[in-house]
Amino acid sequence: MIRLIKVCKSFGKQKVLVDLDLDIPPEKTTVILGQSGSGKSVILKHIIALMNPDSGQILVNGTDITRLNDKELNEIRKNFGMLFQDAALFDSMTVGENVAFPLKEHTRLSQKQIKTIVEEKLMQVGLKDVTQKMPAELSGGMRKRVGLARAIALDPKIILFDEPITGLDPIMSDAIDNLIIQTQQHTKATCVVITHNIESTFKIAHRIAILYEGKIVECGTPPEIEISAHPFVQRFINRKTKDSNCG
Amino acid sequence: MIKLFEFTGRPFISIAEEFGRIMLLFLSASSWAFRPPFRFRIVFKQMESVGVNSVIVVLITAISSGMVLALQSYYGFRMFGGESLVGATVALSLTREIGPVFTALMVTGRAGSAMAAELGTMRVKEQIDALYAMSVNPVQFLIMPRIIAGILMLPILTILADFVGIIGGYFVGVELLNINSGIFMARIFEMVKLNDIVNGLIKSACFGLILSLVGCYKGFYTVGGAEGVGKAATQAVVISTVSIFIGDFFLTAVMF
Repeated sequence: MIRLIKVCKSFGKQKVLVDLDLDIPPEKTTVILGQSGSGKSVILKHIIALMNPDSGQILVNGTDITRLNDKELNEIRKNFGMLFQDAALFDSMTVGENVAFPLKEHTRLSQKQIKTIVEEKLMQVGLKDVTQKMPAELSGGMRKRVGLARAIALDPKIILFDEPITGLDPIMSDAIDNLIIQTQQHTKATCVVITHNIESTFKIAHRIAILYEGKIVECGTPPEIEISAHPFVQRFINRKTKDSNCG
Repeated sequence: MIKLFEFTGRPFISIAEEFGRIMLLFLSASSWAFRPPFRFRIVFKQMESVGVNSVIVVLITAISSGMVLALQSYYGFRMFGGESLVGATVALSLTREIGPVFTALMVTGRAGSAMAAELGTMRVKEQIDALYAMSVNPVQFLIMPRIIAGILMLPILTILADFVGIIGGYFVGVELLNINSGIFMARIFEMVKLNDIVNGLIKSACFGLILSLVGCYKGFYTVGGAEGVGKAATQAVVISTVSIFIGDFFLTAVMF
């Protein structure tokens, strides 16, 4: 269970998160939906403590991670896997080395065992015979898949996805959506997905949280969101601008 | 009046702040050097990048410097019949000043800028965030090995530069300008003390620390996408170069 309580974050004079409250249930996929630049990625980075809030609490399984030191944070982060927007693969390492990286850092497995897990994780995301390739040789979709394989290498309890389908064509977007669903079902992990894509959201989400003006203005199951009376939620899920609504 | 003080004082405060941040990064990297896991493989890889890959450029610079020094000092010494001092002048200049300083400048241009560009790219492509997310401290993983490589490899490159520079000077002095070979070498052994060489190497280790620390600092805190990476690389070279010259003055004043 992840809870954000009265979280505030500003960059200079710009307030990005304003007394934000959000509960993320375990073993479900929660999608945080919002406009571009609304602070969705900022929420994700707070959840994994890549950013610190100006005020408020962030509870991960009951522990307030805003009060932890670096060593304690590292222990908490071992429960996380994160797929970054551009996959954030290490350019100087092969695909195999990228996926093996967290295993080499945090386990005492033999080279042979690591190799087996790497191949297994790559198969899980639908890739084979790519372990010797460099990230620069991969397409955008393949990079995301490798990023996901690396994120799930340690079988984390919580997986964070930062804009997983941004920049991908519709077919590859659909494939990544299916991969998120399969991964969640296979690992029973708590998944948090950041996106602004409505179609993808309704396909993968168990719960949807809508971010608007620094706050979660609506949170519920997809059917609950569909019938929400909040004007922004309606405009957003029906893909209408303020002007088109007025007209 | 207050605005004038603000206007003139702001750059100094900014420089002091930046210096403070660089020192904090150095302290953090130093503390990680003595804590497991020890990343010898990455250190060796960086030693290759900073040292081995810089050998050619350092050697070319050193041999040219040695040859030019011999030529220039020969024309000067000839005026009062002191040609026999050319060898010693070349050797002393190289071991005390030109070897450490030119080596540091060449490595700054090659490896210091590369450090800033590589870490800057990792920053803007979220690879540094990915390290944090995977519970790996980027200061230990990225910065500490580069600083160790800088400190270890600069003295080795400087030894090579001193040696090759003297050979260049010997070639010009003895082969082209017909200075007696025995006198050329005898003067070198007579006037160059072990202290000159050791102090030059200590200087070069200090320069290695400066260029790697500045390169890492600029890259690690890069903001602003591809443009930011370019700026970081440029600033790393400029700040390192200026710092090496300033540092050289103080180290020379203390050592010699």
